[in-house]
Amino acid sequence: MRQDLSIIANWVKPQTRVLDLACGDGTLLHYLETHKQVKGYGLEIDAEKITACIGLGVDVIEQDLNRGLKNFADDSYDLVIMTQALQVLRRQDLALDEMLRVGREAIVTFPNFAHWTCRLHLALKGRMPMSKTLPYSWYDTPNIHLFTFKDFEELCEEKGIRILDQAVGDFAYEGHWKARLWPNLFGEVAIYRISR
Amino acid sequence: MMTSNSASAREFPADSVGLVTPEALQFDQPLALECGSHLESWQLMVETYGQLNADASNAVLICHALSGHHHAAGFHSVEDRKPGWWDSYIGPGKPIDTNHFYVVSLNNLGGCHGSTGPSSINPATNKPYGPDFPVLTVGDWVDSQALLADRLGIRQWAAVVGGSLGGMQVLEWSLRFPDRLRHAVIIASTPKLTAQNIAFNEVARQAIRTDPDFHDGRYQEFNTIPRYGLRLARMVGHITYLSEHSMGEKFGRDLRKDHLNYGYDIDFEVESYLRYQGDTFSESFDANTYLLMTKALDYFDPASDFQGDLPKALAQASCRFLVVSFTTDWRFSPRRSEELVDALTAAGQRVSYARIKSSHGHDAFLIPDERYEAVFTTYMQKVAAEVEAGEKR
Repeated sequence: MRQDLSIIANWVKPQTRVLDLACGDGTLLHYLETHKQVKGYGLEIDAEKITACIGLGVDVIEQDLNRGLKNFADDSYDLVIMTQALQVLRRQDLALDEMLRVGREAIVTFPNFAHWTCRLHLALKGRMPMSKTLPYSWYDTPNIHLFTFKDFEELCEEKGIRILDQAVGDFAYEGHWKARLWPNLFGEVAIYRISR
Repeated sequence: MMTSNSASAREFPADSVGLVTPEALQFDQPLALECGSHLESWQLMVETYGQLNADASNAVLICHALSGHHHAAGFHSVEDRKPGWWDSYIGPGKPIDTNHFYVVSLNNLGGCHGSTGPSSINPATNKPYGPDFPVLTVGDWVDSQALLADRLGIRQWAAVVGGSLGGMQVLEWSLRFPDRLRHAVIIASTPKLTAQNIAFNEVARQAIRTDPDFHDGRYQEFNTIPRYGLRLARMVGHITYLSEHSMGEKFGRDLRKDHLNYGYDIDFEVESYLRYQGDTFSESFDANTYLLMTKALDYFDPASDFQGDLPKALAQASCRFLVVSFTTDWRFSPRRSEELVDALTAAGQRVSYARIKSSHGHDAFLIPDERYEAVFTTYMQKVAAEVEAGEKR
């Protein structure tokens, strides 16, 4: 399982009601259903990933997250998860509002645009960074709103969103001391657990 | 003409169920109907494909749409050019895989393809029922299908599957007999008709009922059929089954001849097509059955017993659901399927939903499509795997 997913799995309490936004091929929900007895749905828009979810027996609903979560009632889930998708949405601030309206808590993961490789790429080459976590060219990337840990934390503060937990993953240096000390510089992927 | 020799040698496609023979099953237990009336004795026309396993856990029920019937797959004779109406989706290796499932398909009560309906003889009068045949509901159909399941020794369906009006029967199954199905597959359907849907049905009914040959529904006694009314009803209906796009693709503004007639004969290909559809249908479908089916559509509203609270109605279900819609379907648009899905999630029911991109409008549920097949096949494979796991226990 992807590193960020296994960290999330550790944070999820058994038997909670979960909504997994942009659930991909259903790996995380399938794991949570089997090991944590959670109940819930994955929302996804990619045709092949939806079929993959169905193949895993994960309940998946085809839905465009840019249209919000209007079809889900306030406080109807214990936890709303969004992994590696916040940066592809049109309005991240509204997405966070929606997640914390529907769920009591939320977990989000996203690539850190202030990672040292990104900084170096931009500084030396003078071009938009590309890396293993950000493999796209600037013109065809689905990541239309890239941001950094600092940006995210500032947005949370503005909105009065509480950060309950934070973990930083780095594909090359897992749990490296530098990433723990200076996450914005050395963390490649951030995982936040937040609540209202 | 084929000789009997070459006929028996005809090879059907490898993924076809091949030759099938429908069977008429007689029921002598009275069936109480929602309208307050009942049917003393009745008959269902049934086809089955595949083999029922030892613990009768691999049965799949197919529910048909407005003009459907029991002949869903395979061929009735070696001369048959066209297979059953859902042959693309039922057969060995197809989404409803007859290597794994025992598939049951019937003509609903009130139909005109061999099951008891308005054109059957009323034992009380020895004349055709005609307009005296009771108005049936989706719930009545499901009750009769449950008695059919009893007859076939099926306590619980692995899945109940249907498109359009068939999907409404599937939904009704999940609420009326929650413990008698494990999966509900609801395709291109809706939890209730809109005012626009009812309006189209009413146009169809008025077309039939105002035909001078309708004779208040007793046309059989006058040795005639309300041909023109039925034809018009089908033409209107057919427009709602296609999308603007698919009609445009198929016909555009193509002319029948290479010039305009400056008259009221057929100018455009689309006119010719609609007339042909109407003509064939009016000769093969019973007008009273058409009226009855459209009423069953109009009346269907499982939320009505719960003050319109659909999630509350759906809380009774205990099966898993697959809901599928098609982007250009404007008869039962994706929004209608999403209403159902939203109510199912609000009720905490297990559901998956796919909105298939298709240009074929409502008819898309009958037409081969790569993504639709992938979703449907993958879901049914999970159902089959459950059946096998259950057998091993």
